[in-house]
Amino acid sequence: MDKPFRRRDLLGIRDLSASEITGILDTAENFREISTREVKKVPALRGKTIINLFFESSTRTRTSFEIAAKRLSADALNISVAASSLSKGETLLDTALNLDAMAPDCIVVRHSSAGVPHQLAKVSRAAIVNAGDGANEHPTQALLDAMTIREHKGKIDGLEVAIIGDILHSRVARSNIHLLTKLGAKVRVAGPGTLVPSAFQYLVEAGLTVCDHVEDAIRGADVVMILRIQRERQDSAYFPTLREYSIHYGLTDARLDLAKKDAIVLHPGPMNRGIEIASDVADSSRSLILDQVKYGVAVRMAVLYLATGGGTQAGTD
Amino acid sequence: MKLLIANGHLIDPNAAENTGMSVLIEDGRVKEWIRPGQDAPSDCEIFDASGLLVAPGFIDMHVHLREPGQEHKETIASGCAAAVAGGWTSVCPMPNTIPVNDNAAITRYMIEQAERAGLANVFPIGAITKSSDGSELAEMGEMKAAGAVAVSDDGRPVPNAGIVRRAMQYARDFDLPVIDHCEDKSLSSGGVMHEGKVSLLLGLKGMPALAEEIDAVRDILLAKDTGAHIHLAHVSTAGAVEAVRRAKNAGINVTCEVTPHHFTLTDKAVEGYDTNTKMSPPLRSEEHREAIIDGIKDGTIDAVATDHAPHHADEKALEYDRAPFGITGLETAVGLAFSELVHKGVIDLVRLVEMCSANPAKILRLDGRGTLAPGSHADLTIIDPELVWAYASADSRSRSRNTPFDGREFRGAAVGTIVAGRVVFRR
Repeated sequence: MDKPFRRRDLLGIRDLSASEITGILDTAENFREISTREVKKVPALRGKTIINLFFESSTRTRTSFEIAAKRLSADALNISVAASSLSKGETLLDTALNLDAMAPDCIVVRHSSAGVPHQLAKVSRAAIVNAGDGANEHPTQALLDAMTIREHKGKIDGLEVAIIGDILHSRVARSNIHLLTKLGAKVRVAGPGTLVPSAFQYLVEAGLTVCDHVEDAIRGADVVMILRIQRERQDSAYFPTLREYSIHYGLTDARLDLAKKDAIVLHPGPMNRGIEIASDVADSSRSLILDQVKYGVAVRMAVLYLATGGGTQAGTD
Repeated sequence: MKLLIANGHLIDPNAAENTGMSVLIEDGRVKEWIRPGQDAPSDCEIFDASGLLVAPGFIDMHVHLREPGQEHKETIASGCAAAVAGGWTSVCPMPNTIPVNDNAAITRYMIEQAERAGLANVFPIGAITKSSDGSELAEMGEMKAAGAVAVSDDGRPVPNAGIVRRAMQYARDFDLPVIDHCEDKSLSSGGVMHEGKVSLLLGLKGMPALAEEIDAVRDILLAKDTGAHIHLAHVSTAGAVEAVRRAKNAGINVTCEVTPHHFTLTDKAVEGYDTNTKMSPPLRSEEHREAIIDGIKDGTIDAVATDHAPHHADEKALEYDRAPFGITGLETAVGLAFSELVHKGVIDLVRLVEMCSANPAKILRLDGRGTLAPGSHADLTIIDPELVWAYASADSRSRSRNTPFDGREFRGAAVGTIVAGRVVFRR
């Protein structure tokens, strides 16, 4: 469906060019300062309606989007729906059309099924922003990770980034792989063989290496990104126990010592301390986990602003 | 009543000269062929087939007609209407109705419903096991007597090799082919598309080619052991095609079919998450599609079958991973076969007719079908091989619209369908 003038969907990083990504990051830089003011609000999106439609539970991402919308003076409301529209007897299409009939400017959607934002975007006049869809993408997470990396490393081009853990089921990994390789970083992924299929190396044209061992991925890295491991993967026989996972794949001080001296550690949260990341690593000065959360608000302000038609209007605000 | 199919281009492997030939039909049977220049009887209705291909009626050996039990998706009447509009004179519904076609009463009911509709012939496929639950054998002998032409548990393939072995031994007594949807669900469960680069890219759970190939190899070994005829439904992988090729060379009694969507599309079509690209087996990657084309070319693949699987639009308007598997296919198959196989030079017309008519008749032991020889059933498919047309799913005769081919342009279409000597469809 043709969107009204200037509204733009953000369905994934895969669809974006390097300059579009940089453009969002630069816009986010400009918004950062707002969150440090006494009065944390600007009128950029006054009169705009933003619906946070969450089919999957989330505290951090939903709150971050809500704060971002409010700091831009948009009217934001949250809808939490049980896992599927189907459980209410309503099709996904009906849910989308009903919300669209209320003329929101933007729908921020999270769903446990990959592709839901793409399906909504086809029928909705509102801009669709993907807040995480199944194992597909989580574009705002990758953008806030990039902002964190840029802030601490000054650049992304040429950096070596290790991503460790459950790559197969991770939307964070996919979005980060697309973003980092588009901006010129070298990405290495590693984890249990059951969760890091070797075919992953074909995900992008260049810049991605699948490593057999966690140590190979971390060695010499500028950035070490740790993914959350989910207990249900143990039940599905992807690995035997969380204990064994932590011993062989967890980020410990010893493993982090293989990275560059000034390497930084990222984690999309929520952390399983002592499993995928040792507590002393998580609490060390190299860990930027709270910075990620902080930049998340700025990134989402930028995304909402651009999605609802900001950024191309000369001379506003 | 006499009907003369006049001056068409006959495609029957038995026809020596085949241009400008007329076929005289009387009392539901082919009476005789009338050569150019020979006098035709004057007291018959005439179907002018000049410039058209005249073939023995196409037999779709793999459809889902949803009746009894899911008439909101399709009925035998609506499915047969779609069949004849697509050029199919006979269709073979799989037994996954509600209740399952695992007994003679349901088999008979399906045939009676088809007779009431008076369009296509319906030759039901009975279940291998009661309720298709994979444990006890269904009454194959009784179903055969009622008109079933094969047995299959299709989408719920029997996982237990011991039961499959007994089913084959038993089916052999009744000369029933055993049709298997090859899928080892321990490898594919939870999957919604082909496992490969695209599934990783889209974050959708994959169904590995291996799941089909392991079962295909198992079935072939069991066919060798039992001497039964195994027919592999909708092969979609390079490994399954290769397994069939080797088995045939080794003299094992195995045949197989392919769907038009598997020789046309690849998993790339899933990008965009249109649930009308979701079916089982899934659209595979290009190297598998190429292996399918090779198998069609060299004769390893015996038949084209649609796996017509109607679902209501509401059922498909869901998240990709929650939507049901299956697409419709009866009305698009001939268009796809001509556009993708004949016009691209993969196969010639005789081979196409073998795959759509002669071979399915042979596999299912449908005597007097799959041929236009005098005396055979007057089921004919008349085709304009050059007609360029676009499919509009909104105009479908099926009750369902779940197709990835809406709006697609084809070259080649069925323009007349004749069943038992009656013109049941004319474009």
